[in-house]
Amino acid sequence: MNTIVKHHHAHHFASAAQEFSAAKMGMWLFLVTEVLLFSGLFLGYAVMKTLYPEMWHEASHHLDWKLGGLNTLVLITSSFTMALAVNAAQTNKAGEKNARLVGLLTATILLAGCFLVVKYFEYSHKFHDGILPGAHYTYGGINAPNAHLFFGLYFLMTGLHGFHVVVGMGVLTWVLLRAKKGHFYSEYYTPVEVGGLYWHLVDLIWIYLFPLLYLVG
Amino acid sequence: MQDNAHHDVAYLHDGKGLKSWLFTLDHKRIGVMYLFGVLIAFALGGTFALLLRTELLTPGKTFVEADTYNRFYTLHGAIMVFIFIIPSIPSALGNFVLPLHLGAKDVAFPRLNLLSFWIWGIGTILALLAIVLGGVDTGWTFYTPYSSNVGGAVTMMTFAAFVLGFSSILTGLNFIVTVHKMRAPGMGFFRMPLFVWALYATAILQVMATPVLGITLMLLMAERLLGIGIFDPALGGDPVLYQHFFWFYSHPAVYIMILPGMGVISELVTTFSRKNIFGYRAIAYSSLGIGIISFLVWGHHMFVSGQSAYAGMVFSFLTYLVAIPTAIKVVNWVLTMYKGSISFDTPMLWNLSFLILFTIGGLTGIFLGSMGTDVHLHDTYFVVAHFHYVMMGGTAIAFFGGIHYWWPKMFGVLYKEGPGKLSAILVFIGFNITFFTQFILGSRGMPRRYYNYVPEFQTLHQISTLGSYILGVGFLIMTFNLLSSLKRGGRPPRTPGVRARSSGRRRPAPPSPTTSTTRRR
Ligand SMILES: [Cu+2]
Repeated sequence: MNTIVKHHHAHHFASAAQEFSAAKMGMWLFLVTEVLLFSGLFLGYAVMKTLYPEMWHEASHHLDWKLGGLNTLVLITSSFTMALAVNAAQTNKAGEKNARLVGLLTATILLAGCFLVVKYFEYSHKFHDGILPGAHYTYGGINAPNAHLFFGLYFLMTGLHGFHVVVGMGVLTWVLLRAKKGHFYSEYYTPVEVGGLYWHLVDLIWIYLFPLLYLVG
Repeated sequence: MQDNAHHDVAYLHDGKGLKSWLFTLDHKRIGVMYLFGVLIAFALGGTFALLLRTELLTPGKTFVEADTYNRFYTLHGAIMVFIFIIPSIPSALGNFVLPLHLGAKDVAFPRLNLLSFWIWGIGTILALLAIVLGGVDTGWTFYTPYSSNVGGAVTMMTFAAFVLGFSSILTGLNFIVTVHKMRAPGMGFFRMPLFVWALYATAILQVMATPVLGITLMLLMAERLLGIGIFDPALGGDPVLYQHFFWFYSHPAVYIMILPGMGVISELVTTFSRKNIFGYRAIAYSSLGIGIISFLVWGHHMFVSGQSAYAGMVFSFLTYLVAIPTAIKVVNWVLTMYKGSISFDTPMLWNLSFLILFTIGGLTGIFLGSMGTDVHLHDTYFVVAHFHYVMMGGTAIAFFGGIHYWWPKMFGVLYKEGPGKLSAILVFIGFNITFFTQFILGSRGMPRRYYNYVPEFQTLHQISTLGSYILGVGFLIMTFNLLSSLKRGGRPPRTPGVRARSSGRRRPAPPSPTTSTTRRR
């Protein structure tokens, strides 16, 4: 029954509390760099939209807002299960089973997978129509010139975001495997916490991408 | 405390063989690996510089074709900026000194620290691969639409710079958390040595600016691989947008390069003047001030790129503001030396060299920051001379001063003072001959990056090339002097300059929990 592994903080830290707050600050800083990375794409979006407002309007109507909306719901739900997972780790006592934590992490990962499946169908539909990034764009259904710019940015923004979803799934799977071994309990749950922070950011970015690409146009 | 020098270098003998180095988590060892890595990069970038100067001995062809020449200057710039200067002081000296100065056992994330070094190594290999795969002739700025359409290994070089950016971000992130979370009990923010303050301000810039370079380079790669078009006017994009992106990173990057140098100078100037630093808080705050302003001035690189005149005026004004915190630092250093008992050891000669060269570099920046004169001087040798006075006369010189200063601490050996001083003096003389000439060339209209020039410029070009050879000799003597001290071995009877007083307080430093002890008393 007692499968809990006691955590010992790394030798260069004075205490587990110091280790935890360092890890958390490190993750917050990393999130800052992520926001800045995406900020470049948002800026590119703003400039191109200003240059070609009509084209932007027309092109954005060729995205399926229903699928985008569905994915938004999926990710928001996954953020919710992630938050519950952190809570489950925080309230887990050393020596207790943490089935709740394992279940919630699994749910989060599955929802992330759902998101990617929906995205796959969206992408393949676009590819089928000849809406491909950059020079490969052959779609003839939009009258305004330079529509490849909209879709180029669409693919870059959602592609980079999708890449982050994949990385997030990898990170959460690692957390899950450790949770199964009983590594996390009320006094040590750093990976769950920082993994969760990362996952919330991935969701947050989508919450900006969805209206900007699918709705605002 | 006794037998301090012996214990200091125990880390060198912690393990044997290459593996014990490549997989070490010890900040000191990682610092040493970075030190030798960036010095090799400096030698490589310097070799390209000497080849460039040699080609410029005569107008037209001297020994290479124009295409090769274009590749040389791109490689010189890219290697020096991305592989040498940016990691130089923080990753090599900072890694070694920062935890000791804070009384910490290590940086906050030792594994991330090693990863940063590895990524740096991979980025460097990719950059070298780009040379093999046909070279790059875009200049280190990779301006579009030329860079998005031209042949050669631009994608590879761009990717290399992208990878190197990650290394820089990881170091910055690590240092910020280390400063916030790893200070020994009693070490308040305003008790930190000024070198730490400088590294801290640098780290903030590394974390805040580098991701923007990352996305810029990613977009450039997407331009080349997919033809997205947002930077290409032929595809409906905006090439000036690329310049905004690029300089939004690359101006703060200038301070990523110079701030650590300023930190080293704060240490050297106090130690070798045997005085406490003058204006401790002013210097600490000015580091942050420079960091903040640096994000608001990128447009001064684009006065002639079709940016609006109003934007230009605002950027010009904001650029002038940088002069204030910079001047605060210089004035405080000079006042620290005032009535101090100055000793002219090797590190101090580098330090004095910095003060003179950096001041010239800073002042000539004002010419370029004001729109009226910049229209005349833009893209001339004046710009080349200006940023070499700041980057090389500033950062690189401070780096070499720092290396000489911490060398005994790092390796437990002493280099010879005679050749040490000689190399510092030769570099100072060679530097001025090389680059002051370029101010004159530039103000007379010699454009930068040109392979050919009118015959009137030949004498000045030849003087500049002569200066670069003197520089080369100076650095060779320095290298030989440092390396032979390692071979000679033994340990210094008494480490010189052991009392940096840049924390401005006459109080004992918190003891370091490791075997080594901090050197401040
Ligand atoms: Cu600038």
